[in-house]
Amino acid sequence: MHPNASRLKRTAVRLNAEEPLWLKAILIVSAVLITTWIIIVPVVYVFVQAMSEGWEALRANLLDDEDTLHAIWLTFTVAPIAVMVNTLCGIAAAWCLTKFQFPGRTLLITMLDLPFAVSPVVAGLCFVLIFGLQGYLGEFLRDHGMKIIFAWPGLVLATTFVTIPFVARELIPLMQALGSDEELAAVSLGASPWQMFWRVTLPNIKWALLFGMIQCNARAIGEFGAVYVVSGHIAGESDTMPLRVEKLYQEYNNPGAFAVAAVLTLIALATLVLKLILEYWSQRSVNAATTEGATP
Amino acid sequence: MSIRVENIIKRYGAFTALNDVSLTVPTGQLTALLGPSGSGKTTLLRIISGLDHADSGVILFQDEDVTRRAARERDIGFVFQHYALFRHMTVFENIAFGLRVRSTPKPEVRDRVSELLKLVRLEGLGGRYPSELSGGQRQRVALARALAVKPKLLLLDEPFGALDAKVRQELRTWLRKLHEEMHVTTLFVTHDQEEAFEVADQVVVMRQGNVEQIGSPQEVFDHPATPFVLDFLGNVNVFHGRVQSGRAEVGPFTMDIAAYAHADSRTATAYVRPHELEIDRVASPLSLPGRVVQVNPAGAVQKVRVTSDEFGIELSVDLMRDRAMVLALRVGDQVHVRPRTARVFTPDQDYVI
Repeated sequence: MHPNASRLKRTAVRLNAEEPLWLKAILIVSAVLITTWIIIVPVVYVFVQAMSEGWEALRANLLDDEDTLHAIWLTFTVAPIAVMVNTLCGIAAAWCLTKFQFPGRTLLITMLDLPFAVSPVVAGLCFVLIFGLQGYLGEFLRDHGMKIIFAWPGLVLATTFVTIPFVARELIPLMQALGSDEELAAVSLGASPWQMFWRVTLPNIKWALLFGMIQCNARAIGEFGAVYVVSGHIAGESDTMPLRVEKLYQEYNNPGAFAVAAVLTLIALATLVLKLILEYWSQRSVNAATTEGATP
Repeated sequence: MSIRVENIIKRYGAFTALNDVSLTVPTGQLTALLGPSGSGKTTLLRIISGLDHADSGVILFQDEDVTRRAARERDIGFVFQHYALFRHMTVFENIAFGLRVRSTPKPEVRDRVSELLKLVRLEGLGGRYPSELSGGQRQRVALARALAVKPKLLLLDEPFGALDAKVRQELRTWLRKLHEEMHVTTLFVTHDQEEAFEVADQVVVMRQGNVEQIGSPQEVFDHPATPFVLDFLGNVNVFHGRVQSGRAEVGPFTMDIAAYAHADSRTATAYVRPHELEIDRVASPLSLPGRVVQVNPAGAVQKVRVTSDEFGIELSVDLMRDRAMVLALRVGDQVHVRPRTARVFTPDQDYVI
């Protein structure tokens, strides 16, 4: 994926050089304008609004509001669980989809993309239908004292569903390209399945895996639609950060809403920086790996 | 450790990769599985290694049934065609892998790896990554890695297939020498008959999931069991005809064939290797007149092509250097070709004349 990206970049540069100057100028200016208005201005505006009443107000909006604090805490609980589940499931799915051939394999790969295609609200509704009080399992769950909908397990379920594709999609093409020769070699040398995974498979996929996890995490933290349906918006109980932003905004508490929004935006920016660093590091190791085959 | 393979059958859907294969690999010998692609030789090797499993049949290592045993418990070293080196590990760590997963003490690992690096003549390259090595070097690392755990059985899948001709030749000679030093029972897969004959003590010729012939290179070359073996071992002149009452009429030649005394006529095919044909300037009782169309002085033997317009066939003849000097053939020369020996196969039996 990364060597491809750099190849694309090279092609872009070459094509660019063939265009006339005026066209280049128009393209560059419009690109700059579009990114400024669509991306940079809103992001800056979030911080400006959050800071509009000064540092002290921002601190108070975040830390003195118990419901907001709880929302932050809930998000930082739900997202890591979703990431962990999707990491394990993603590795397992990628493994069985790339190392084995079986009927229905292509269908399963397509199904993995379903959460991207379907609206998160629909996904949330499905969970309510299954686990809600009027749902198929509702009575059973109530009788056994388990609460999924309008509680954190529901949030985890909805978030996990929406972020399923990130890890698997990152791993499948890579593992397909790697093949299973190295794993077979490890087995022939006496490695147990665990040793094979930890010593051979994992080091080969670690960058792609980290990439997938970071993207999965960013999406999990920002998830709104599916979570909106299953959470029930109980302040101080089942509100996550994005839900809290919406609620504060509806209550005309703009400084409060923008304070939480600023935290979300900061997380997003941190994710970007982390991705850049990862890209730099993985590029170095990919460079080492891709010279293989170049030398006879 | 000897290997016995008994009645192995392997199918992939409707395709039969191995059709009731049985063979024995004697202890300490170097055996080649030789055959064209699709003959099932690699499948057989993987089944012996435990990386693949047969539908039925038994694998015995020294009288011990290992059919159900996992690859990692079979005490084998496997060398893959495309090396399959661990790309994120140095050469040292690659070779040490088998020892590490067995929790070998560190000093012992260090000693064994440097010993092996010396054996495969890669001293000083232990810190390199596979991507920094040439193809021949990578294959030697793969071999060292397989040998590190002192396997009782070494299996090589087209070990030199991906290398260029010169490196291939070097590694072949080196593998033979290495085998003489270590005497590990070795089985290797190849589609190159020259490679098999040069390196192996025993050759197993395979075709479409069946074993066609097993024997020493000499036996297989001198007494090919089937037309396929004969054909596969190198270019050969083929004549179609019939046998009847002790006479064979194949193509332009008529030969005595005492072993076939029946009065009824049967179809027969005669095979004559290029070096079994003789060229003369004058006619003799069995000879066939023809015209030289190509003279190719390649190395120690001169390769000549002669066409017979009368029969519409073209013959390949190999002449020894001194004979070629005497004849001094040129394109267009009228000559007479005669077989010194021939192998005649009828559908159910074969005869050597």
